[in-house]
Amino acid sequence: MTRAMIEAVGLHKSFGETHALAGLDFDVKEGTILCMLGPNGAGKTTAVRILTTLTRPDSGSATVAGIDVLRHPAEVRAKIGVAGQYAALDEILTGRENLQMVGRLYRVDAAAAKKRADDLLAHFELTDAADRTVKTYSGGMRRRLDLGAALMAQPPVIFLDEPTTGLDPKGRLSMWDLIADLARGGTTVLMTTQYLEEADRLADDIAVIDHGRVIARGTADELKRQVGGERLEVIVSDTPGLAAARRVLEALGEGPARVDEDDRRVSVAVASHDGVLTRAIRELDSAGVHVDDIGFRRPTLDEVFLSLTGRPAEETPEITQ
Amino acid sequence: MIGLGWWLRDSWEMVRRNLIHIKRTPELLLDVTLSPIMFVLLFSFVFGGAISVGSEGGQDASYINFLMAGIFVQTVAFAGIYTGVLLANDLQKGMIDRFRSLPMSQSSVLTGRTLTDLMRATLAIAIMWVVGMLVGFRPEGGIGGNLAAVAIMLLFGFALSWVGVAAGALVRTPEALQGIIFAAVFPLTFVSSAFVPTDTMPGWMRIFAENQPMTLVVNAVRDLTLGTNLYAAELPSVIWSVAILVVSFPLGLWLYNRRTTQ
Repeated sequence: MTRAMIEAVGLHKSFGETHALAGLDFDVKEGTILCMLGPNGAGKTTAVRILTTLTRPDSGSATVAGIDVLRHPAEVRAKIGVAGQYAALDEILTGRENLQMVGRLYRVDAAAAKKRADDLLAHFELTDAADRTVKTYSGGMRRRLDLGAALMAQPPVIFLDEPTTGLDPKGRLSMWDLIADLARGGTTVLMTTQYLEEADRLADDIAVIDHGRVIARGTADELKRQVGGERLEVIVSDTPGLAAARRVLEALGEGPARVDEDDRRVSVAVASHDGVLTRAIRELDSAGVHVDDIGFRRPTLDEVFLSLTGRPAEETPEITQ
Repeated sequence: MIGLGWWLRDSWEMVRRNLIHIKRTPELLLDVTLSPIMFVLLFSFVFGGAISVGSEGGQDASYINFLMAGIFVQTVAFAGIYTGVLLANDLQKGMIDRFRSLPMSQSSVLTGRTLTDLMRATLAIAIMWVVGMLVGFRPEGGIGGNLAAVAIMLLFGFALSWVGVAAGALVRTPEALQGIIFAAVFPLTFVSSAFVPTDTMPGWMRIFAENQPMTLVVNAVRDLTLGTNLYAAELPSVIWSVAILVVSFPLGLWLYNRRTTQ
């Protein structure tokens, strides 16, 4: 039986007329990654700020590593590491100075902080840049250093607020590896994201947040089933091909095909990838359908929202594979 | 919960951070190096011949002797309030969020800031002292008197840097505060005994000028550095500084906490 390392019960928080959190409940089990998924303004950042003692809720309670966040914030701070969307670093200090300072402020003794900083710089491939001021760092380097700062005291719980927003694909992949490593090492991770793909890749568990509440909770597979899973999508070269393409796809997939005449697009839900694409191409060819494009499309955050709330997310991030 | 030892260690950590900033961006010292030198030279050469200060100018009855206390206190006051600009600057960056999430003494961010600015003020006093003596400043107050003068200035500057903390936590941008400082502190230094004797001011202004803290601190410093005994302002000036500190210290802490936990 693993215990909950993060627990939030009935968190409410308003900023004036805006209700950022409206009764948020969730927990994160020890050594797992929970992804909070939701559009901008859903309340993700507010939730993280409350759990990391940066903001006080209007009502509700929360514990981190078994410690009450509201009653013993200082004790909570000794157990957590935080890395955010806006890297919390000192631009004028070098990467090494940033890590060592944060380490000492975590009460790690100076010699150990020095050693730990060197290890993290090497692990995050920042050794060459270690003695340059952070001002000169790229976005990806800043995020890695920021995560390094969060890990200086090897805290059991890590909070990551949109750790890959604004990163290029390479930076995103390297950040994903680092986060996955953390959980493998037994660290409990709460991260927020706007990208379903990211949650899919990293999360043991996903909490979909909207209007300051959890509206769905489950593994990536469970949620995708709710959304309708992956679809096989075909763009045909000419409108007359649509009807034939529809017959082929409906025979291959599950349920009725969706047809969009303007875009000459036909799509159908599929249960698995096994041989589906090859068969589709072969059968479309023998039916004499000319195809411009064909491929699997995963549900986007927008579709999760559409399916869970009946309305689209306010912001639609581009997710292409 | 957090012992005095940790508080001191954290404050020193913050001072160290601020000193690295100064080392990497020496422009940060212009306001406590170049500007006071300019003020000493400009005022003493431009106004020196035109203003008669009598016994308030010490043994030489010279304007430079009169002026130095005013320049010292003006510079230390500006350096103190300027703490607010540096804090507001910091509040715009992400580092404060990092500090808030660390198990450190939270007030050390502010004590570190104000202690660094006390060092800046000390540097400014030293530079002005040397420049002043080069152009005729003759502090005849003896070692004890001069050290007491420096202590009174620094106490005043330290008190004002907590006013700066409170102001810095209130404003949204450092630029806004810079404007406010200019509009608020300049009149206070000019309507005081800093640059001219107050007895030529109109009656209503004179009442204000002679009783406001800037004048009392300037007068105390003037008496102590010159070895004169004209104003008996030492005790009132210290009381003013302590009073400002007693109000601004908790207010600054409270405003900073409120600002950073929104």
